[in-house]
Amino acid sequence: MSTLVEVQNVTKVYRRDTMEIPVLQNISLAVPEGEFLALMGPSGSGKTTLLNLISGIDQPTSGSIIVAGTDIAKLNETALAKWRSNHVGFVFQFYNLMPVMTAFENVELPLLLTNLSKKERKERVEAVLRVVGLEDRMDHYPKQLSGGQQQRVAIARAIVTDPTLIIGDEPTGDLDRKSAEEILILLGRLNKEFKKTIIMVTHDPHAAESAHKVQHLDKGELRQD
Amino acid sequence: MKIPISYNLRNLWTRRLTTSLTVGGISLVVFVFAAVLMLAQGVEDTLVATGSDDNVIILRKGSTTELLSAVSRDQIGIINTFPEVAVGADGTPYGTSDVVTIINLNKKQTKDMGNISVRGVSAGTTALRPQVRLASGRWFRQGSTEIVVGNKIHDQFENVEPGQEIQIGSKRWTIVGVYEAGRTGFASEIWADADMLMAEFNRSTTFSTYTFRLKDPADYDVIKTKLETEQRLQDLEVKREQQFYREQSEGMSVFIKALGLFITVIFSVGAMIGAMITMYAAVANRTVEIGTLRALGFRRRSVLAAFLAEALALSFIGGVVGLVLASFLQAVSFSTTNFGSFSELAFGFSLSMDIVISTMIFALTMGVVGGFLPAVRASRLSIINALRAV
Amino acid sequence: MNVLKLIYKNLFRHSLRSVLTILGVAVAVLAFGLLRTVVTAWSYGVEASSADRLVTRHAVSFIFPLPVAYRDQIAGIPGVTRVTYANWFQGIYKDQSFENFFPRLAVDAETIFEVYKEYEVPADQLAAFKKQRNSCVIGRKLAEQHGFKIGDVIPITGDIFPGRWEFTVAGVYAGKDKTADETQLFFHWDYLNERSRETAPWVTDQVGWYIVQIGQPNEAANISAAIDALYANSAAKTKSETEKAFQQSFVSLSGAIITSLEVISYVIIGIILMVLANTIIMSARERIREYAVLRTLGFTAFHVIGLIIGESLFISMSGGALGLALTFPVSSWFGAQFPTIFPVFAVQPSTVVLAALFALAVGLIAASFPAARSARMRIVDGLRQIG
Repeated sequence: MSTLVEVQNVTKVYRRDTMEIPVLQNISLAVPEGEFLALMGPSGSGKTTLLNLISGIDQPTSGSIIVAGTDIAKLNETALAKWRSNHVGFVFQFYNLMPVMTAFENVELPLLLTNLSKKERKERVEAVLRVVGLEDRMDHYPKQLSGGQQQRVAIARAIVTDPTLIIGDEPTGDLDRKSAEEILILLGRLNKEFKKTIIMVTHDPHAAESAHKVQHLDKGELRQD
Repeated sequence: MKIPISYNLRNLWTRRLTTSLTVGGISLVVFVFAAVLMLAQGVEDTLVATGSDDNVIILRKGSTTELLSAVSRDQIGIINTFPEVAVGADGTPYGTSDVVTIINLNKKQTKDMGNISVRGVSAGTTALRPQVRLASGRWFRQGSTEIVVGNKIHDQFENVEPGQEIQIGSKRWTIVGVYEAGRTGFASEIWADADMLMAEFNRSTTFSTYTFRLKDPADYDVIKTKLETEQRLQDLEVKREQQFYREQSEGMSVFIKALGLFITVIFSVGAMIGAMITMYAAVANRTVEIGTLRALGFRRRSVLAAFLAEALALSFIGGVVGLVLASFLQAVSFSTTNFGSFSELAFGFSLSMDIVISTMIFALTMGVVGGFLPAVRASRLSIINALRAV
Repeated sequence: MNVLKLIYKNLFRHSLRSVLTILGVAVAVLAFGLLRTVVTAWSYGVEASSADRLVTRHAVSFIFPLPVAYRDQIAGIPGVTRVTYANWFQGIYKDQSFENFFPRLAVDAETIFEVYKEYEVPADQLAAFKKQRNSCVIGRKLAEQHGFKIGDVIPITGDIFPGRWEFTVAGVYAGKDKTADETQLFFHWDYLNERSRETAPWVTDQVGWYIVQIGQPNEAANISAAIDALYANSAAKTKSETEKAFQQSFVSLSGAIITSLEVISYVIIGIILMVLANTIIMSARERIREYAVLRTLGFTAFHVIGLIIGESLFISMSGGALGLALTFPVSSWFGAQFPTIFPVFAVQPSTVVLAALFALAVGLIAASFPAARSARMRIVDGLRQIG
């Protein structure tokens, strides 16, 4: 299995007025293809920042991040946007669905950036909604769905473009035990059956059990264990 | 339990941008409202000020303007024989025979042309019109082609400085002074010697009007009947001086007021909509807060009062800003052609206490009306739903 | 699903606010349209002017009359094809209210309708008018307003020309196009002059102004100068100018009022801007996180800016369209209340274009600040916002 994500000597420093706050110190990490990785650590450890860097929604102060052969740390904003649409699927803690759009329309959203025809888009959306088990709720609005169902729609949205990476930022953080369980099972399936590489940040040890590998961060550094 | 005012004020401050935009909109509306009222008041002041209650003006019947009127020397002589006419210590009646005509002058900035009334007056004029006072230079000499210029004309029109000459009829007349006349219409005129002006227009025996003072203002009805039944004065008309000038500018005044009212009504609708939008947003954004306040024990009506208070604060500030802006208008003169007299008339913007009060009431009313429905919505939220909303 | 649908749906998430904003914009555009229509109506006379007519009036003010003897001399100037004249009669019909005001003019019956070809009178009515000394021809709008018919006698109490006057309606004229004033009453100058000899001798043999028809419109300046030169040394000096310039000078007499109305119409634009900007800023602020999510999906900052501007334009253009649609009926109503003050009161195309342009501009400007702010915002900061 080849390495999908390579983080090389990455440092991230935030500047607030005149103060400099180092968040990540010289991190290096390799994630092979097909991996299900959980990043854990206390609040302020930098795990979310690392996740943001890998998924291309933030850029490091120094170092490189090579995903599927491209050093995304070097890309400009426009190129990054394009790269994101092709390579990354996001799952957020608070689902972040568009409240004015139906489940179908939410999932369709990333496909609007492609050249697919309306028919092709419809096929894909229905397919992924089937995978997450919500094909009978396609026309429901987020407020008509439970938390677990909304997160499943979010996951459908994340995989509809068939991305290289699935990124989860506390995907079960806002769910009750039962729903959380369903989501973790779904993520596990995506990893095993569909061979998706998943990197997830969580502070729930039970959620981390679904992953193959767990990495701990503390004060901006990876703990070696 | 009452919600403290500081809560409201701080909320407004936190969302400064939205607050200032709403206040800006309200203040613009208030400005227009105040400006209209101030102009109407200025017009009113001019109407009232021009002419006094104890003066009577004689004109030709049917003359809507002094320009078209004619009164002969003989007729003036007859009028002066009546006992109701006030006389001075030396026996001369308090009266002025005026000759009125128009000339063209160019405005300073726009270079537009205006028609200015030139009034030839007699020596007795200053006694009858005490509002008229010399401001600079000197008065014209009787029997000369010297003239004095009203300060409104001096301000608005070019080439009317003391020392300069202007053309009236066939001769050049020299400006020797500038006079003030308060808010009266006389301030928009040029004054000269009546006999000299008459000679210029080939009328040696016909004046435009004759104005005299009543011994007792209550004599008006008596003298009116006497004069109107006098055989040799059949083609003449008797009016109180104030009434005559009022009628001249009435049309103008009504028109300005009507237009102003119309504009203000539309504007205020716009301002209320603006206030409503802001207040609805405020409610929507603070749903959780409202739920919390209620859970803590504040009653529905306290919430209602709090939001109304915010709306009032917004409109109060808007009202004050608008008024302050409008007060600068007092330095501005609004000069246009009065179609009643076909000559230039300057109105000022008068700010009175009444206007300040009316304007603030208007502003606050806009706030209350605009903020009412949103405030009701805020108070009607059920605690549970409010707290659950995220 | 497409961008327009997203904009539309977002707008009506807070339908009350969006509706209120659209209404606010509509009300303001209505006020703008009305004010401008009043301003343009003021200059209707300028529009109605004909390039082949000059007006010769007393140099000081049109209030002062000119001798009727000038007529033949003016007619003799090369380039002049026809000369007619008019006196402003004024007088009072019933009372001095706005409703009963209309222009009353003493004219030369033989030539008036030949110089004013745009006032069309049926041949038989014109012949009747010329024949009967105390008859008159009235405009169509005037006839409608007061219900005057052929044969009716209109009583006017004179003021400038004192006495009781009665004019029999011999004809009704209609304007050839929309800009013609159909509220006037024309009667015989000869009739006026005869009676004046007895009642008001100081106004006999005088006219208010001359209307001079010329063969070549581009000779206007020269002919005007020639006419004025004739009387440069007379007691009654003249000022001749094109009819358009003459009408324009009337408009500028009320310059201050017109300027004020124009200023107010721009203040209105400012108000619209503030109301709309307020709403857009509020809605953009609520959706910072959503915009960030869109960007994580691969939409660019430009897409987000487009959404914000799209929303703003949707509100401003629909508010503008609604306001404009209302302007027409409201203007009609307004104009119908004062037919003789504003004989021609129509919403000009320029007003429509201006209103549309302003709606567009306001829509863009209102969105500029929130759009710029969202473009500068980093995705990670946006995601952190509590919606």
